[in-house]
Amino acid sequence: MMAQLTEGVSRRALLLLATLLAALLIAPLVVNDYLLTALILVLYFAYIGQAWNIMMGFAGQLSLGHSLYVGLGAYTAAALFIHFGIGPWLGFLVAIPVTAACGAFLGFLAFRFGVAGVYFAILTIAFAEFARIGFDHFAWVGGSAGFFLPVKQYAHNDLWLLRGAPAMFYYVMLAATALAFIACRLLLHSRIGYFWQAIREDERAARATGIDTFRYKMYAVIISAVMTSFAGVFHAFYYNNLFPEQIFHISRSIEFILAPIIGGIGSLFGPLLGAFLLETLAEGLREVLALLGVDVPGLRQLFFGVCLLLVVMLLPDGVWPWLARRLRIKESKR
Amino acid sequence: MASRDRAVPAEIYLNVAVSGILTGLVYGLMALGLSVIFGVVRVVNFAHGELMTIAMYIAVVLFSAFKLDPLIMLVPIAMVLFALGYALQAGVINAFITRPEHTQFLLLIALAIIIVNTLLIIFGPDAHSVQTSYAFDSFQVGKLIIDATKLYAAAAALVAATALFAFFRFTDTGTAIRACADNYAGALTVGLDVNRLYALTFGLGAACVGAAGTVLVLIIDVTPQVGPVYTLLAFVIVITGGLGSMPGSLLGGVLIGVTEAMAGLIFTPSAKSMFAFAILVLVLLFRPQGILGRKIS
Amino acid sequence: MTRKTINRNSSAAGARLTRRTVTASLGATLLTGSAPFNIICAQGAPLKVGVLLPRSGFQAGIGQDCQRGVEITAGILKDLGLPALSIMNADTETNVDVARSRAEKLIADGAQLLVGAFDSGQSSAIAQVAEQKGIPFVINIAAAPPITEQGYKFVFRNFPVAGTILADAFVNQKEIFEATGSAPKSVVFMHVNDTFGTAMKGGIGAVMPKFNMPYTIAETIAYDPAARDLSVEVSKAKATGADALLVVSRLNDAILITRELVKQRWSPMAILSMGPGWYEDQYFKTLGKLSDGPISFVPWYDPNKPMSKKLEAALAKAYPDINLNTNHVYTFEALLVAADAYKRAGSADPKALADAIRKTNITNNVSPGAGIQFNEKGQNDKLKDSAIQNRGGKLVTVAPKVAANAKPELPMKPYDKRG
Repeated sequence: MMAQLTEGVSRRALLLLATLLAALLIAPLVVNDYLLTALILVLYFAYIGQAWNIMMGFAGQLSLGHSLYVGLGAYTAAALFIHFGIGPWLGFLVAIPVTAACGAFLGFLAFRFGVAGVYFAILTIAFAEFARIGFDHFAWVGGSAGFFLPVKQYAHNDLWLLRGAPAMFYYVMLAATALAFIACRLLLHSRIGYFWQAIREDERAARATGIDTFRYKMYAVIISAVMTSFAGVFHAFYYNNLFPEQIFHISRSIEFILAPIIGGIGSLFGPLLGAFLLETLAEGLREVLALLGVDVPGLRQLFFGVCLLLVVMLLPDGVWPWLARRLRIKESKR
Repeated sequence: MASRDRAVPAEIYLNVAVSGILTGLVYGLMALGLSVIFGVVRVVNFAHGELMTIAMYIAVVLFSAFKLDPLIMLVPIAMVLFALGYALQAGVINAFITRPEHTQFLLLIALAIIIVNTLLIIFGPDAHSVQTSYAFDSFQVGKLIIDATKLYAAAAALVAATALFAFFRFTDTGTAIRACADNYAGALTVGLDVNRLYALTFGLGAACVGAAGTVLVLIIDVTPQVGPVYTLLAFVIVITGGLGSMPGSLLGGVLIGVTEAMAGLIFTPSAKSMFAFAILVLVLLFRPQGILGRKIS
Repeated sequence: MTRKTINRNSSAAGARLTRRTVTASLGATLLTGSAPFNIICAQGAPLKVGVLLPRSGFQAGIGQDCQRGVEITAGILKDLGLPALSIMNADTETNVDVARSRAEKLIADGAQLLVGAFDSGQSSAIAQVAEQKGIPFVINIAAAPPITEQGYKFVFRNFPVAGTILADAFVNQKEIFEATGSAPKSVVFMHVNDTFGTAMKGGIGAVMPKFNMPYTIAETIAYDPAARDLSVEVSKAKATGADALLVVSRLNDAILITRELVKQRWSPMAILSMGPGWYEDQYFKTLGKLSDGPISFVPWYDPNKPMSKKLEAALAKAYPDINLNTNHVYTFEALLVAADAYKRAGSADPKALADAIRKTNITNNVSPGAGIQFNEKGQNDKLKDSAIQNRGGKLVTVAPKVAANAKPELPMKPYDKRG
């Protein structure tokens, strides 16, 4: 298994990867809580970016409504916990078929009826908006008044109920991101992965060679949706409150896609690198502005927009390919 | 807790429908701009609503500083937006025409973020409005009460739309642009300067949305966050009405305007946006070319 | 008041926008830094207080208003002989994630006490961080009940919950109906579909039956907080034939609703608001004569208390054309609680501070009621809410009698008769 995982990857790359992993593992022991919170956010966005990447980078379907799956996962797990006392891991098990069904429905509608490209993207937005307004009126989970999870205990960590110190949440997210990374790597080098790339490059040609494009596109959507929903479960138990306006909002969906795009669509490291860069940029900017004593709301986001513009114009494949060249790592797929 | 003492009188439905039609015409003008851009240049203009917001703020500033009524400033503001659109297309966007779609999205999303936040920095998050002398007027025709500002705005929108139709129908440049849209390769073969025409088209689309914004500011208050909402609405209308069909955009606008209004009246107003999305999904599935659109090959 | 969410329209409307105000505000924002500033005072080291407010994002206007409350506090604390506070400002950006990380950062930078954050969702996130780190957190404004139901030991709230605001509203309404001899027989209830609006709507169902109100609710109309056009909603309200309008809205909606009332030619006999918006400065500025009449049932200040007069004077000096309102009052009181507890605790140790806060008993304060005290849940349940009416561009307190300075006027003068 290890051999299959590391096949085709240079020694250099593996060494760098191991170093990164080690650094991430000991992070909670060396950084303060504030930086830990920032790292949790980095991993959160990296994880979702990785899941989103499956649909976009691998199968070429642009989803601008991924907040739908985060929200569904969050509300499912939260509702089960508050109304039935069921813990988050079981909650996730229930969220899997819920989000899978949702993704499948969207995929079915889109692919059966030939909705592609920008139309598909708009369809994903419509679904997320529908969910947002719908949940705003869904009294059983609090509606627009918000859904509050009861918060207790910081003294000891309860992994089963996901209640505890930030360090516990950090490791959970780290594990999730690492697993997502490995899963993507395996998928990419499997039959599914090759079919996905074929579909992404030229769907008609792929169909001509006999690939059932409908089925494989559905796989991409469903896997992406289910993976994303775990982030929602995490969100619910980490922040302990849910508002449809925030969790299903289109600005969230846009936030999710920034990391993998800046990092590099279709690459394994892209989402992680992108998330890290964005968070560092965000915090760094805040510090710089605070130091200069400048308090102009919107300046940070403006800077973000400019960075995004520059990346799109100058580094269209994202930062990772450029960085990989610098580090002289040849990523064996693209 | 809530109980109906009496049924909703019939004239309320009429009032609401008329209000929906009038607002819808303004939406239609906005969507028209997108239809022109998307239909011809094939660029997914995710910064459409944001461009409109720029026009709205210009109108607000001119009114605040010089007491100039937006209806009078319609043409000048449209011209400013034309120049902006032309420059944007020729300078930045043109290089992206041949790039993959998602890259275009991102370029325009980045532009949208830049526009929204620049406006936020300059004007702050609070809403700004244009309170003309007739801002509180309404006309009463029997049991029908018509909002004066909406009537004027809709009228101006119709005039602007007609002007655009005329341009595309009766002028050489307009015909050339339509040729580009219909057959890109053919247009090149015939020797049309496609790049210039694209820039011109984007400028026209921007002018359209500038006009729409100028009249819209009579009806609603503007904040920097208003842009993204209208971008989405514009896409819904264009897809519903039909890409490449100008009457389709107006029709789509009116349809969405009336649907939202009636849905708000009959069901709960807080959920009225859902109906626009429901219509969008239905159109995408069953009539993807839109109501008046031609079948996409 | 609680509100939430991102990317929506915010408080003021119709601001006079000239070149001068644009450059002035740009200049002002460049000059005011987020660097901590010290309020120098004779006794001991200043207490480091982290103030978390939404300074950007769609709640920015309100956050900035609360900030004014922070700025006028220093002088008053000095006069009272209370210890100085070293304020560390932070921006929650109207976002729950950011609120949480900013709270962490403030604590990492040495904040010994936190104050904030105007919004229930953000306050909830900060409360978790504060509780986990054992740093006292005094909430200035947030009405959602769950925050003080979690069994926290370090979280305190000097602001009424939605249920209290409602109960007081009904009591005050009955008092006003009795005093003026007129009452509506039916009302239409319009509310914004956000955290606060929905909480109030839920509360009405539970609380109203206990009060035997003279009116029934003909219909409940919920509208989208992002709505730019409320013509349909007002048409629907008018169609119910109700006498009066019961409303929970925000500033922008209040202005929109008023405009539509005028355009659609409907003058309800009363506008009873149980939320923000109808009493705010921008409402007066935008609507002029059309702004008179609405009565707001909200957490307010007692104009007869001596401290209120002091606060009013301080605000008038710093910001001459701004009326004293909830944002200033409760932010001031949160800081007052902090300074008072610091004095009694004699140390900045968080546990000592928390214990001192729990024993707070400030009667020389601004908000109506017995004063500032906290029950075992950290909630000040002795707060009373007032009824204020718009009159001639100013606000007068019309109920409850003990905290009033004017008589209520009902029914409201019709819009078409206001010249």
